[in-house]
Amino acid sequence: MLPEALTHTWPWYVAGPLIGLFVPLLQLVGDKQLGISGNLRHLCSAILPTRIDFLKYDWRGTGGWNLLFALGTLIGGWVGVSLLGTREIAISPETQASLHNLGVHDLSGLVPREVISWEGLLSIRGFVSIVVGGFLVGFGTAYAGGCTSGHAISGLSNFQLRSLFAVFGFFAGGLIATHLLLPLLF
Amino acid sequence: MTNRFPLLGYLLLGAAFGLILTKAEVISWFRIQEMFRFQAFHMYGIIGSAIAVAAIGRRLLKRPPAPTLCGEPGPLQDEDTGRGYRFWIGGTIFGIGWALTGACPGPLFILVGGGVSVMVIAVLSALAGTWTYGLLRSRLPH
Repeated sequence: MLPEALTHTWPWYVAGPLIGLFVPLLQLVGDKQLGISGNLRHLCSAILPTRIDFLKYDWRGTGGWNLLFALGTLIGGWVGVSLLGTREIAISPETQASLHNLGVHDLSGLVPREVISWEGLLSIRGFVSIVVGGFLVGFGTAYAGGCTSGHAISGLSNFQLRSLFAVFGFFAGGLIATHLLLPLLF
Repeated sequence: MTNRFPLLGYLLLGAAFGLILTKAEVISWFRIQEMFRFQAFHMYGIIGSAIAVAAIGRRLLKRPPAPTLCGEPGPLQDEDTGRGYRFWIGGTIFGIGWALTGACPGPLFILVGGGVSVMVIAVLSALAGTWTYGLLRSRLPH
């Protein structure tokens, strides 16, 4: 039997500080900055850099460490889900009610399988969530020069004002999508 | 130590990072909805305490890092920062995608590892998005 600490949801006051430790840790071991979205650029540079200045650089030298970090996160996700088990996500009763109103009824698993699944992909809401949403994540993080880890955690902990602007943008966009777009889409 | 850290070490650090985000349910679409509806403290607690610990850690290291943008090959140039439009506009575009997919780039990768295989499509879409940004970069306000 695995100890409960491994199988249960980790509370914010355990997970948050652990995540924060990665910033000084990466700085200490190799003068690296935590940031995941750069990997999208490195992968584009590796796969299809044709005639685009933004993608012409030494992706191996610049991003090799980070691509390995990202590959590692996949392993971590696999271990987290397969070996340690998942429980139904204990979201608040208010959110459960909001999602029922939205038309999302199956609240089990990590994602709503009515929408985020291979079957869901064939529906309009699933296609927009997965394909359009994914495109906007890639376009927006490249445009803003970072994502939640790069701007919110790395940037704000370094007191970078532009990261604060970016994080305001993240939340403005998230609120627009959640409160205006999802009711139209779902 | 700076240049001695083995590349495979980053793989292990990434695995730990992915495990933490999974066990804290940061990779869950439901948690992101809860956050954008202000219906629980969970995600705010995680992001807030992560920033606090990161800031303290940086201070203890007493080595202020050069300002960076995610994935920039070299030191930050003036042209990279521009007039600041990119942070508002790009940030808002990303935010819309974050709420639609229920995943920012870290969880996008982690969910694939965690068995939500359809997220491979979202990753490919994200790559197309980043590539398209590169194509249009000179024509966008920065």
